Amino acid sequence: MTPAALTTEAAGPAGAGTGPSEAPGRRLPERAVAPLRGLAGLAGLVAVLEVLPHTGLVSADYLPPASKTLRALWQLLAENTFWTALGDTLTGWGLGLAISVVAGVAAGLVIGTVPVLRAVTASTIEFLRPIPSVALIPVAVLLYGADLRSKLLLVVYAAFWQVLFQVLAGIQDVDPVADDTARSYRLGTWGRLRHVMWPTALPYVMTGVRLAATVALILAVTTELVIGAPGVGHEIAVAQTSGAVPQVYALVLVTGLLGVAVNLVARAVERRALHWHQSVRTDAAAS
Amino acid sequence: MTVLAVLRRVLPALGLPAVLFAVWWYATADSTDFFVPPLSTILEAFGKVWTGERLLSDVVPSLLRLAAGYLLAVVVGVGLGLLVGLRRAVRDVLEPVLELFRAIPPPVLVPVIMLFAGIGDTMKVIVIVSGCVWPILLNTVEGVRAVDEVLSDTCRSYGITGTARLRHLVLRAASPQIVTGMRQSLSIGIILMVISEMFAASNGLGFTIVQFQRSFAIPEMWSGVLLLGILGFLLSLLFRFAENRVLAWYHGLRRARRAP
Amino acid sequence: MLDVRNLRKIYTGRNRNVEALRNLTFHIGAGELVCLVGPSGCGKTTLLKCIAGLLDPTDGEVLLEGRPVEGPPPGMAVVFQEYGRSLFAWMNVRDNVALPLRRKKLGKARTRELVDHALEVVGLADAHQAYPWQLSGGMQQRVAIARAVAFEPKVLLMDEPFAAVDAQTRAELEDLIRRLWRELGVTVLFVTHDIDEAVYLGQRTIILSTSPTVVQEDVTIDLPDERDQLHTRSSPRFAELRAHVYEQIQRAKHHSGDTGDQMADRTPGPTLQKTEH
Repeated sequence: MTPAALTTEAAGPAGAGTGPSEAPGRRLPERAVAPLRGLAGLAGLVAVLEVLPHTGLVSADYLPPASKTLRALWQLLAENTFWTALGDTLTGWGLGLAISVVAGVAAGLVIGTVPVLRAVTASTIEFLRPIPSVALIPVAVLLYGADLRSKLLLVVYAAFWQVLFQVLAGIQDVDPVADDTARSYRLGTWGRLRHVMWPTALPYVMTGVRLAATVALILAVTTELVIGAPGVGHEIAVAQTSGAVPQVYALVLVTGLLGVAVNLVARAVERRALHWHQSVRTDAAAS
Repeated sequence: MTVLAVLRRVLPALGLPAVLFAVWWYATADSTDFFVPPLSTILEAFGKVWTGERLLSDVVPSLLRLAAGYLLAVVVGVGLGLLVGLRRAVRDVLEPVLELFRAIPPPVLVPVIMLFAGIGDTMKVIVIVSGCVWPILLNTVEGVRAVDEVLSDTCRSYGITGTARLRHLVLRAASPQIVTGMRQSLSIGIILMVISEMFAASNGLGFTIVQFQRSFAIPEMWSGVLLLGILGFLLSLLFRFAENRVLAWYHGLRRARRAP
Repeated sequence: MLDVRNLRKIYTGRNRNVEALRNLTFHIGAGELVCLVGPSGCGKTTLLKCIAGLLDPTDGEVLLEGRPVEGPPPGMAVVFQEYGRSLFAWMNVRDNVALPLRRKKLGKARTRELVDHALEVVGLADAHQAYPWQLSGGMQQRVAIARAVAFEPKVLLMDEPFAAVDAQTRAELEDLIRRLWRELGVTVLFVTHDIDEAVYLGQRTIILSTSPTVVQEDVTIDLPDERDQLHTRSSPRFAELRAHVYEQIQRAKHHSGDTGDQMADRTPGPTLQKTEH
């Protein structure tokens, strides 16, 4: 009576169930499957990086085995210079981020609330936005040399646009009915800002902060690398010129972990800040 | 459209940039600061430097490297994105690894890539690919995952599977998202093109600008900065133009949905 | 043509299993137009998806011309309720209708012929260059129907196709389906929650119980073959049949496979004898 299709579907009764099915009783709790697979992936990566240099396919001079890199990392953590460099990177990042957020939000609110400005600046923003931040590197070198201010110049330039864009998108999303209501109650610009625009724009601002945080880190490390401002990026350049290859990889790994950390923290902050905020918007950054 | 109507649309668009330009001009007109010369001087240098032979010997190689790196990134990004997006198991396994790699600021990989690929054109193309692939990859995965279920069932019931399904359903449905990734990658590509040349090169836009800076040829350096800005603007315009043609259906769909 | 035997479908969720379909058995002969009705949540869509091969049943089987259905069989076309989501937004109407035919490798001329005919039959010959999002809801559903028609299927499955369309358009589309059915001689299985529609359209109406679902009753609609919205719907026989189906559905809401009320029977019950005028 029963054909080969004695299957069960791991889906809700919405009629969506398709795809491979497993015999009940042998299944792991669904929530554990994905992280376990992810760990397997990471383990696989480490394994490949360990084995590949040994096999001779890639010279060990260019790609040290994972164990060597990790050992170099361990040694780094014991050195003072590393922590100073890390501190320099984070200082530049944090300061630059703070400045760009404040400037971006302020500029965004001003432009957004004055309709004339909004119409006029729309094209300018499109015009200025694609100008690559690297174009400013030689300028920064000339003006400030290899110090914190160069870093700030580049970080703020790049991160500011992210924040500005999101704020403008948020203000554009304001419900005109709510705005008109506020106006009819004579709330004035400040009142409208506080009660109508800010709540709508807040999710966008948080997205902007998150994007800006990522961009700020990239620019900070890049400036350190290219110009030589103090920080992790500079350490990479130093390690590279002195031929300390495992150290180069270890520092690159550090920047990667920093990036992941910044991303996770920013997302957590975003979620927390919007926890009580009802937002039914789509991510403006995706459009 | 009458001339007046066209003007009315174009003028505000050009308005502020023109104003900013004018401000830049007048603010620096009397500048004696060595590092910030008057705009007129910069424009003069621009005319001298970036026309003629240098266009061919520096700008073209840079653009060629950018094109090669970008196209390679698109192929790899979309290909890998399809693989990761279509199979849940693959996505679960690779996700942490990809997140880690993507968090590394692309310029930081330049020293590493230089170990493998030396200092020639290959290095620069690889650097561009290493940065450009991420937005495309991640957006492709997103786009592939979001394919409409009803449409997918429709294809299954009509027996549209395999390559045909990839071609007619998956890639097309994901294309708006993929194009978003491609747009982000374009900016990244320009940045990496310049940075890779700042590191080690014998020709190119970035190389030339750094040379000017090192030899304190300031107006020339600024002219290079200006050119970079113009290049960024033109490329993004080109992209927008291409996008409007490829995604005409999508823009139409969005407009139809928004209209009540 | 189409046999459903002891069909059973259980959804296994994280904490509990849901038995959507308990035991469904019925037969659809070639060229018949049969409607499936039932109370909400009785798994009509699940049943249709199992028949279409889009969902694997837990038990039982579906046979198309004697061969078991394991995955979408060729020779079956489905028209979904959500027309907007079942059409390709990046292709115009003509390409949408032609796409499933490409797989059949019929050659350009024959494909063009089929597409043209299908579009004409549903009344969209003028709109063939338009994009789906430029059309109204009713027209979009016509495109989906044209696509199914051009495919020349043996069985046409329709999952509440007119539920999301306004009443006037629905009436037109119902007549369109009947016309297509008679002209093409295709077997049609039409799922709906609209009782009037089920009685108006079908030669038979299969009434489903509430979940876990079984066949509550199989009613033969002995209305004349020539039907139209005005006269058929105001005929006394229509009213009787409609009342009977309505009654059965009300009973179905309280009875399910659990209460043992199973009548997989084709003959009409004693209450349904035609009264003499």
